[in-house]
Parts: sequence; C-alpha cells; structure tokens
Amino acid sequence: MPRENVMKWLRSQFMPHIWCPGCGHGIIMHAMLRALTSLGRDPDKTVISSGIGCSSRLPGYIDTCTLHTAHGRSLAFATGVKMVNPELTVIDVMGDGDCSAIGGNHFIHACRRNIGICAIVMNNSIYGMTGGQASPTTPVGAIASTAPYGAVDPPFDICRLATGAGATLVARATIAQPQLCESLIKKGIQHDGFSVIEIMTHCHTQYGRKNKLGRPLDNFNYFKERSVMKAKADSMPPEELEGKYVIGELFHKADGEEYTKKYARVIEKAGR
Amino acid sequence: MSRAEFWQGNKAIAMGGIDAGCRFFGGYPITPSTEIAEVMAEELPRLGGKFIQMEDEIGGIAATIGASIAGSKAMTGTSGPGFSLKQELLGYGYIAEIPFICVDVQRGGPSTGLPTKVSQGDVMQARWGTHGDHATIAYAPSSVQECYDLTVKAFNMSERFRQPVLIMTDEVVGHMRERIVIPDPSTLELIDRKKPSCAPDRFIPYLADESDDIPPMAAFGDGYHWHVTGLTANDWGFPTNNAQDIDKKISRILRKVEGKRSEVVEYTAESFGDADILVVSYGCVARSALRAVRELRSQGIKVGHFRPITIWPFADAELKKLVVDSDIKHVIVPELNMGQMSLEIERAVGGKAETHSKTLLNGELFKPSQIMAFIKEVA
Repeated sequence: MPRENVMKWLRSQFMPHIWCPGCGHGIIMHAMLRALTSLGRDPDKTVISSGIGCSSRLPGYIDTCTLHTAHGRSLAFATGVKMVNPELTVIDVMGDGDCSAIGGNHFIHACRRNIGICAIVMNNSIYGMTGGQASPTTPVGAIASTAPYGAVDPPFDICRLATGAGATLVARATIAQPQLCESLIKKGIQHDGFSVIEIMTHCHTQYGRKNKLGRPLDNFNYFKERSVMKAKADSMPPEELEGKYVIGELFHKADGEEYTKKYARVIEKAGR
Repeated sequence: MSRAEFWQGNKAIAMGGIDAGCRFFGGYPITPSTEIAEVMAEELPRLGGKFIQMEDEIGGIAATIGASIAGSKAMTGTSGPGFSLKQELLGYGYIAEIPFICVDVQRGGPSTGLPTKVSQGDVMQARWGTHGDHATIAYAPSSVQECYDLTVKAFNMSERFRQPVLIMTDEVVGHMRERIVIPDPSTLELIDRKKPSCAPDRFIPYLADESDDIPPMAAFGDGYHWHVTGLTANDWGFPTNNAQDIDKKISRILRKVEGKRSEVVEYTAESFGDADILVVSYGCVARSALRAVRELRSQGIKVGHFRPITIWPFADAELKKLVVDSDIKHVIVPELNMGQMSLEIERAVGGKAETHSKTLLNGELFKPSQIMAFIKEVA
C-alpha cells in the first residue's frame, strides 16, 4: 500500500496527536485508513463518528466528515446520520467505556436494528483519558485508580454482547495483528448491516504501569501470546481458552436486512 | 389553500414541524408528549422523511442532532424527566451550532412527578438546564394555533441562528383540542440554514460571516469535510485550549442571538394605557388570565395583560417600558410553579411596580375566578 494514499486521509495540520508514545490506538487508525484506501472509499461520502475518550479523538485527525459526539452517544448520533443519508459510509469508533458502560444501551440497540454502521471498539480495558479508572472490560483483579485493591466486577465480552444483541458481523483482533485489524475493518465496512470489530489495544500509561505491562512492547507481546484464531479456538476446550483472545471473524449472518433498507420499505408502505 | 382543523396541540406541533420542512424525528415515548412522536411516525414516511423511536431520551436527541448534521431539518420531543435527560445534548447543539427543535410538553415534577398533570416547572431549566453559557430561544404557545405557528417559527429561528430552539408547551395546551387554521404550506415563509458557497478546500467550518456571526453549515455528504465536536473549538472546528480562541467562540455563540434580540423577542400586550394593574402570564395560564382580565375590565377595573411568547429571550426591556409608560402599580404573575418567572419579571420591572407571585402546584390550571381574586386583592 503506497504510503501517500493513506496520508491523503490525514489532517496532518492537527498533528501531533494526543496519544502517548507507544499507544496502540495509532495501529488501529492506520489499519482503518488502509482499509478505507484499499476499498477506494470517497472521503466526501465517509463519516467517522466517535464518543469521548482517547479513542474518540481519532476522527479529528482524519480528513473526512468527522463527528466527535458526547460520551457514549456516538452510535445514536451516527444512527441519525445514516438514516438521513444511507449512501454514506459510516464508521463509529468507541472506547470500551463508551461502548459498554455509558453507551451500552445505544450499543445493544444499534446491534438489534442492524443499521449499516461499522463500529470499531478500541478496547484497552481502562478509562485512559481520565487517568486509569476501571471500565466494564477491566479484568477481575486488575489494578485501576478506582479499583486500588483489584477490579471486582466481572468484565463484559463485547463480542458476545454484540452477537447476543443482534449484530450481523462480529469480529475481534488485537493490535498485535495489524493486518488482521485491516482485513476485519474492511469486512466491517463492506458489510451491509451492523458490524462490530473489537480491537484489543493497550494503555501502558494508565493500565500497564499498574499491572506489570508498563512498556508498549510488553503489551504487544501480551496480546500476541494470548491470541487464538477462531478456527483453532473452536477445537479447544473452554478451560484452555481462559484468559485468551479469540480473534478473527466470530459471527456472520449474511441474510439480515439492513435498517435503512427496512425503513425504505416503511416509506413505500406509507404511500410515498 | 388554508383549511380549518380541530386538532390537539401536540398534533399541531408535529404538523407545524412538517410544514416547516422537518423530515426527521428522533423520539422516545413519554406522557404527555407522545402524540407528537405518534403523528411523526405516521406522517414523516409519507413524505419520504424518517422517524425513529430510539432506545432512550438521550438517543432521541442524539439521533436528531446526527440527522441535522446530515442535512435534514430535525426535531425531538419530550416531557419533564425526558427534558432533564436531554440537557447535555442540548448543550452539544449550542456549542457545535447544530439547528434542531426540542419540544417539552411540561408536566408536574420533580422526577416522575405528575405524568398526566400540567405544570410550568421547566421554564428555568429551559434557560439554564445545560451546563455552560449559551443563548436560549424558547417559545411558550398558549393555543393550538400557536403550537402550529410557533413550531414553524421555531424551525426558522433554529435554521437562521444555527442552534437548538425549544418549544416549552404544557400538558394543557398539548392535549387541548380547538379550532386551528392551517395556512397553505406554499405561503409559509421558511428559512433554511446558510450553506457554504466556497470551494470545499477553502471551507473553514466555524468561520462566521461578519454580518451575522453565523458560520455557513455544510451537510455531511455535501463534499465539505469538517469536524463537529462538543469540545470548545476554533474556527477550524478543532478543539482548543487557547484563551483567545475560547473567548472568541463563546462570545460569538452568545452574541449571534443576543445581538439580534429584538428580532427574536415576542409578546402580546392587552389593555395597557390606563391600566394600573398588570397580569403577566404565559402558556396555558395566559388563557385563564386573559379571561379574568377581560371580565374585570368590563367591570371597570383598570387591569392589563402581558404575555411573553418567547419566554427566552425574555421581553424584559419591553415589559419595563410598558410598566413605566402606563405607570403600573402592581404586577401579578400567576404560574404553575413556585414563581420561576416571577423573579425574572421582578428584575425586569426594576422596582417600578410591586410584583406579586401567585403559584399553583397541584397539577391543575388556574381558574379565571382565581386570577380575578388575585387582581381584586390589589385593585
């Protein structure tokens, strides 16, 4: 992939970005831009929406139609955008707090509607921007500033949540597999329905330092060692999968009708 | 051709919105506003518009803002508890300068309060409910006709000033049915948001025109790339911590409305001149108050009536002038709250007359006889 094609999508005038050196978010942004480039998407017809947090600063650096909304609400904003103009490619980037805490309701209902939005969940298991508080994906026992004795609440499995709620394409990768990130995001964008691409990333600054993963590379290796491709995981006993990240395409339902197409039939029925 | 209908206030709001060009409604059921969503669900798809019932009140306003950014005139509606939930994103609309309409059909509060009973308990929340400073435009219709007319006007103001506009109606007006004359929609004067005319690569999304302090707004998909954020941003729409940029942004979004205040403020004034008592009321209460004032006028009591149509901006200078010019001695303010607007009215009157706050909080509307009694107390 020629570098210039990806660079064309950047608002380089707004750099340097706010992410810490070594942050995993840049890997996700790059994968997303490679996916958009190789799909030949038109920046004039692309919308990238986000909530609040480190992950959600991503759209600001991309030269397209970008919508930095309120904490947890990005999918609800994006739903309005997609409803009015179904022609637009709509990508929604969220953090784990955005997606599964404050925005959990919007998340499950976007899944249920099967609206044509590609949701990329940048899951670093922590509230990074606010200084390292426990999130709904913080592992039990992990130290966070609001869990100084170790996190008590069991974490969400975002992919299982999405599948259960009705998303028609669900996939996971970690930042240790940048090419898989790209190919899954590509599939998510092409999917005619609601897709959820969870990408495990890290916050060595706020999470890692308290949990023996203080260097960016520690995190990269951590994900690499614990990633298991879906095909292999299918033949493994559940106890062996404890603490592992099952990666790849986890769920795909090809025949679910996309929401704006369903609504087009409502318009027809109403006698337009 | 114009036509007469016998409609409920809530229906008139929905139909006024549609005739003003609204093609998106983000709804969530809540008494006593639900009929607005129901009418929209039925009517919008007939026109190729979109209705969506969202998962919660916040989703309803969020989808509405998204729809507006994608280029549609858009609206949401709610009541008390839902209005509380929508406050954060109203603030988003003010700072990101997104036009849309939010209707609040007021019911008794606090909290779940009185879902089927009237109040005017949200009028200060309309002004100050969201955090941070902003200019508020809020209409208080007192008839079904005004529900229609003021919704059209609210859309025009919202599109013109590029910010949310509120319709602060109440359970009585929202559920009341009366005769209404619907103008031929082709005769309505409608305002659409300014769009950029420059080449997309020259577009500076929040660079305001000097003439009106309002930046042109592109729709997503129009070919203009821009960044929308709830963070305080510079002219490029990019978040800033620069003191000068912050000051420039916030003072402009206040000034764009306050600088045109006289073009926004609306009120009615009746029986001034020789009056020495004045009743100030708005929304459903104005119906009882006007009846009381007219009745006592016929009995020779020198009483007048002042009705703010825009409760925000409040017609303070206009009210004061009328009070001074007519040498009013007593200002009576009946409200279905603990006197929320009476303090604003007292401030406006500035000691030129004595203000009497009259409150009712039992879920009922003042009867004309009760307001007549208030007038007689000071007559």
